[in-house]
Formats: sequence, structure tokens, C-alpha cells
Amino acid sequence: MSHAGHTVPAPAGFVPHTVAHHFESQEQEYQSAKLGFWLFLVTEILLFGGLFVAYFYYHTVHHDAFSIGGKQLSWKLGTTNTAVLLFSSFTMAMGVRSAQLSQKKAMLTYLVLTFLCACGFLVVKYFEYSAKIDHGLGAGSMFHPHDPQLLGYEGLSMFFALYWTMTGIHGFHVLCGMVVIAWLIWRGAKGELHAKHYMPVDIVGLYWHLVDLIWIFLFPLLYLVP
Amino acid sequence: MTAISATSVHETHAERKNYLNRDSSFMSWAGTLDHKRIGLMYLTGVMFAFLVGGLFALLVRLHLWDATVDVATGVKSGGLFEPGKYNQYFTMHGVFMVFMFIIPAIPASLGNFALPLMLGAKDVALPRLNLASFYLWLAGTIMAIASMLLGQVDTGWTFYTPYSIYTQKAVVMMGLSVFVLGFSSIFTGLNFIVTTHKLRAPGQGWFRMPLFVWAVYATALLQVVATPVLGVTVLLLGFERLYHIGIFDPQFGGDPVLFQHFFWFYSHPAVYIMILPAMGIMSEVVSVFSRKPIFGYRLIAFSSLAIAIISFIVWGHHMFTSGQSELALFLFSFLTFFVALPSAIKEFNWVATIWKGSISLEAPMLYALSFLVIFAIGGLTGVILGTLNLDIHLHDTYFVVAHFHYVMMGSTAMAFFAGLHYWWPKMFGVMYSRFWATIGALVIFIGFNATFIPQFVMGSMGMPRRYAHYVPEFQGYHQASTIGALLLATGIAIMVGYLLASLFGGKKAEGNPWGSPTLDWTHTSTPPVLENFDDQPIVEREPYDYTLILEEAKQRVQNA
Repeated sequence: MSHAGHTVPAPAGFVPHTVAHHFESQEQEYQSAKLGFWLFLVTEILLFGGLFVAYFYYHTVHHDAFSIGGKQLSWKLGTTNTAVLLFSSFTMAMGVRSAQLSQKKAMLTYLVLTFLCACGFLVVKYFEYSAKIDHGLGAGSMFHPHDPQLLGYEGLSMFFALYWTMTGIHGFHVLCGMVVIAWLIWRGAKGELHAKHYMPVDIVGLYWHLVDLIWIFLFPLLYLVP
Repeated sequence: MTAISATSVHETHAERKNYLNRDSSFMSWAGTLDHKRIGLMYLTGVMFAFLVGGLFALLVRLHLWDATVDVATGVKSGGLFEPGKYNQYFTMHGVFMVFMFIIPAIPASLGNFALPLMLGAKDVALPRLNLASFYLWLAGTIMAIASMLLGQVDTGWTFYTPYSIYTQKAVVMMGLSVFVLGFSSIFTGLNFIVTTHKLRAPGQGWFRMPLFVWAVYATALLQVVATPVLGVTVLLLGFERLYHIGIFDPQFGGDPVLFQHFFWFYSHPAVYIMILPAMGIMSEVVSVFSRKPIFGYRLIAFSSLAIAIISFIVWGHHMFTSGQSELALFLFSFLTFFVALPSAIKEFNWVATIWKGSISLEAPMLYALSFLVIFAIGGLTGVILGTLNLDIHLHDTYFVVAHFHYVMMGSTAMAFFAGLHYWWPKMFGVMYSRFWATIGALVIFIGFNATFIPQFVMGSMGMPRRYAHYVPEFQGYHQASTIGALLLATGIAIMVGYLLASLFGGKKAEGNPWGSPTLDWTHTSTPPVLENFDDQPIVEREPYDYTLILEEAKQRVQNA
């Protein structure tokens, strides 16, 4: 155990980590960061929690419209994206593992793969979004469905308002995830992440799994539920 | 741990640079990671917000001096502003006081300063996040001021839909401000939870923590769990205004009552974000100035957690007239009564602590005694309002206004002042004038009650809140209330005056002027040094153990 302001020896070829001045030990620093991050994840869950409550409420009120709304979404693209995100969670977990084992090359490979999966997710989302706009199925004031059969459903605009809000905020989280993963790749390339200092990878990993998990709920609710 | 004598610690380091004077460059403040400096910057900020909010309150009260309306003809007379302006001013009063003053007031300023000292830590666990929290507060406040200048908001601090969707005012900017301030609050709370869990000194078990720490901890739980819901609510309100997504808009099949549920799911716990840390200060001050261990330590600690938990299941009592089901009304009313239990436990325990104590009526204690009286009234009128059938009559009247001011202003702000006076010597190393502090506390106590007792009366007679003009029969009550408000403002001006004066040439404070038994006073110099403690303190005693303090006092008497 090394002390505050002290430098923890790193494996050969890596940059050593210095414990912040106010901690007694690296273990205390690590535990603080991890607890803090779990609490941040709690706030994320509650933020989405509000949106899920709104979804469930309006799903009950406008049941038929929500059923029709779900059919307008492409379950094929949705499934693809689910697979992409699940795979990226796997590569992220492997990235954490590689960092813990000080395997720099493997870690960077896994992190780049995760980053590419995130890109892929957003590209698929881009095609989905443009198709919805083309059909006049935007949110709120941009909701003017071209298909005349859809006009009769009261509450269909609510479905799309929630679709855009929920997937939009989720997409924003994917984007934030890409920024922090890029930051990890940059630090990892400099040799700052290794068995004696893998906390940043661990924490970004937690975040990425949560982003994945939220999608796991969004996908069936929006695309599959009749 | 060596000698517990605070005076000896103080003398050893008398000539050392403390956290205030070690570096006075601008960047050493603006970029500081020291929890004490961040606490002071927050203190300056929240006091500014308090004064701005207070000025709006005075404008509102002055307007109501003679703003009457003849019901038969509809002719309005008197008053300073037209109703639109009046709506904007009470909104600004509410927004500044709630989001910029009272929510961060105790945790982010006094809590930031005292929490690590009380735990025996060098800093909070996440100092950079702490600084970020302050800058978010600053950004949120600047946005609020911007929305004031761009075209003030007239929705009330509750932003109820659908009105807030359609009013032609700067609601989006104000919503963004609240969103950012929410993050600032979350960061503070998150930081304090981690600090309490991970940075306690050796020997500092959970039941050796001062009760202020327990209270701030319970508050932090609420900040972390409740605030994100406010965030998503104002986010949706923003989308509603920009894109008309319809979630809260009945015109598009949305439900405005859903907004109220979301809003109060945050804002009811927020009431306890305001009052819980105030209760923490009460426990410290009441014990220290009665020179007695706190009565029922564990009950007070657990009642803080109980209040935090119960606060999440009572939000519906703000919506008794909004169209909930009868079952929901019944449940929310029933559950609301449970808040009274832990609150009463605290109140009785403080009284029991004072009983047969060696009481010294220093300024912090005067404010604490004010709290005891005012909180009893504020709490009991809360029970009245939680009673379903009574609330139907009292809903949206001045009775409600008076009730929550008794809790927010009369209790929380009073305890904030108690804490401010208690830690002032520790923060700045100087004493304020005891004479003026006594005068100030008395004027504030009288002014406060004079402002709000008339509001209880006219509220129970049916005077609705938020009306720019009222029927003439209420004029006497309104004028009494306005006179009270002016008196209250005078008291606060006196307080600000002597506190500022103490910074320039106030008497130098002793190491432990109040004889407090907690680590923040016994183990740090006054003012503290950069990393608080020279050696890691080891906690070997209960938090309110006065044995050593009393022995030391006896020694001093014998020597003299």
C-alpha cells in the first residue's frame, strides 16, 4: 500500500500513478472513485426513470396508438443495434480485463473495437432517424405523418415524442461514452493505464454497461411491445 | 492523538500560514481544490442569492401594502406594479431563494467547510468535483440572472404546465438554469456520501460521527436520488416549449398532472434537502451551548435517515386539489403524518438536551432557540396541511405560504445563521460583536414572526396566495405582514453589517471559543491550515463528550 502524494510503482514500460494528496492509500482512492461513480449511475437511472414512468403512463392511456407506433419502427435495425451494443459491452469488459493484466496492446484493441461499435450504433440510428423524418414521424411540431392511415390515432404523436426523447437522450449518452473511450485510448497509448492503475478503464466500463443496459430496456418497449 | 486541548494546538501553530492567508493570488482561489475555500466561495454566493431573493420579497411585500381590488367593479387601486410584473417578482423571489440560496446554503457552504474537519479528513473525497459543483452553481446563477434580464419568468418557482409552456417569457433559459443548478447539487451530495463512507478518521465509527455529519449525509442521499428527476422534468419542459412534444400538454393528449407528479417527486424531498442539514446544525449548537451530551444520539441519527426515506413517498400531498384518485389522496395524507414522528423526535431530543444544561446565550444559541420555537409552529401547521379535509380549505392560501416560510425561512435560514455564527470564528479567526449579534437575532426573530403570523390568519380566512390585488378586508393583515418584513430586513442588515465589520478588525478568536468537543474545533487550528490536521487524528471518544473540555476549563480556573 502506498501513501498519499506517493507514486505507485508501475509495471515495466508503463507510467506510474501518483495517489491524490488527500488520500491515505491508493486503495482508499480507488474505492472513493468507484463509490462515487456508482452514485452517479444511480442519478442516471433516475433520470431515465422519469422517462420510463412517462412511457408506461402514456402506454396505458394511448394503448392502440402505441401499438401502431411500435410497428412503424424497424425491428430489424433495432435488433442489429442491440447486438452491436451487447458486443461492445463484451469488448469493454475485455478492455478492463486487459488493463488489469497490463496488456497494453490488447486493451487498446478492445477499446478501439468498443469505440467502433459505438460509431456503428449511431450510424444505424442515423438511418433510422432519417427514415422517420422522411415519413413525417418527427417529435411534437415535426409530427405530420404522410401515411393517411396513421392520422386517426390519438396519442401517436405522444409515442413518437417519447421515442425521440428517450432514444435521443440515450444517443447523447452514447456520444459521451465515445468521448471518454477516446480519452482512455489516448491515455492508454501513453502507457498510463495498467495493473497498478486501471481505475479509469473500470469506471468508463461501468458507464458503458449502463448505456447498454438502458438500451436493453428501450429496445423491447419501443420496438417490440404490442 | 495527543492532548485534546484546542488552545495548545492553536498556540503551536499561531504563526503558521492558514488556509486563508497562505496564498492570496486570484488563481489560488478560482482554481482551489481546498474544501474550506470552496465552502467560503459558496458562502459568498449563497449570501448574494439570499440578498437578491430578499429584495424581491421586499418588493412583493411593499406592493401588497395597499394593492386592493373592488370585487363589485373590478377596479384595482394601490400597489406598485401591474399584475404581470408582480407575478415575475414573486417568481424571482422563489427561484432565487429555493434553487440558489436554500438548497445549497447549508450543505455546500457550511457543510463543505465543516464536514471534512468533523470527520478528521484532509479534504472531501473528490475535490475537483467539488470545485466543478461551485462553477456549475455560478453558471446556473448567471443563467437565472440572464433570464431575468431577457424577460422575466412569471410561472412561480414550480413552473406548472400548461401555463409554463405558453407564457411568452424566458422559461427555457430559467429551466436550463435549474437543470445546471441541479447538477451542482448532485455533485455536492455525491461527494459528501463518498467522503462520509471512505474518509472517516481511524476510530471514527458511524456512531461517533457528529450529528451534523449524519444530517448532511441524509441530505446528500436525497440530493443524489431526487435531483435527477427534476433534471429530466425541466428537460422535458424545455422540449415542450421548443418542439411541443406534448407530454405535459393536454392539447396533444399529454397530462399536466404528470408534470406535477414529476416536479413534486423532486421538490418534496427537496424540502428535506433544505431542512435536514439545518437540523444537523441544531444538534451541534444545542449540545455545545448547553454543555451537555446530546440526548438520544442514535435516535436523532436514525430520524435523519427516516425523514429522508419518508420524504420520497409523500409528494402527492402537494396535489390534493389536482385531481388524484381518492385512494391516492388518502394514502398521501396518511403517509404525510409519518414525517411528524422523526421530526418530533428531534425537537424533543433538543429540548431534553437543553434541560438542566449549562446554557450560554451566545449568538448561535439564540438562533437555535428561535429555530426550536419556529420549527414547532412550522411543523405542526404542516400536519394541519397534511390533513386532507383541512387542506381542501387551506390549499393555495396564505396559510400554506406562512407554513413553508416557517419551515424554510424561519427554520432553515435560522439554523443556517446559527451555523454561520458557530463556525464564523473557525472560518475567519475573528469574533463578531456579541452585543450586535444579540440585537440582530432578536430583531430577526420578532420580524420573522410579525411577517408570517398575519399570513396564517388571513390564509385561514381564505386569502389566496399569489394574488396581485386583494379584497380590502385583508389590508390590515397585509400591512402588518409588510411591517414585519421590513423589520426582518432590518435584522438581516444588522447581521450582515456586524459580520462584515468583524472581518475588518474583529477581535481575534481563541482556538475553541465555544468549548466544542468535535474534531473541527479540538484538532485544528483556528483558522485551519491547508490540509486541516498536522497528524491524522484518531477518534477515541463519543462525539459529545465534554470531559476533557470541562477538565480544561477547571484547570484554567485553578491557574487563575
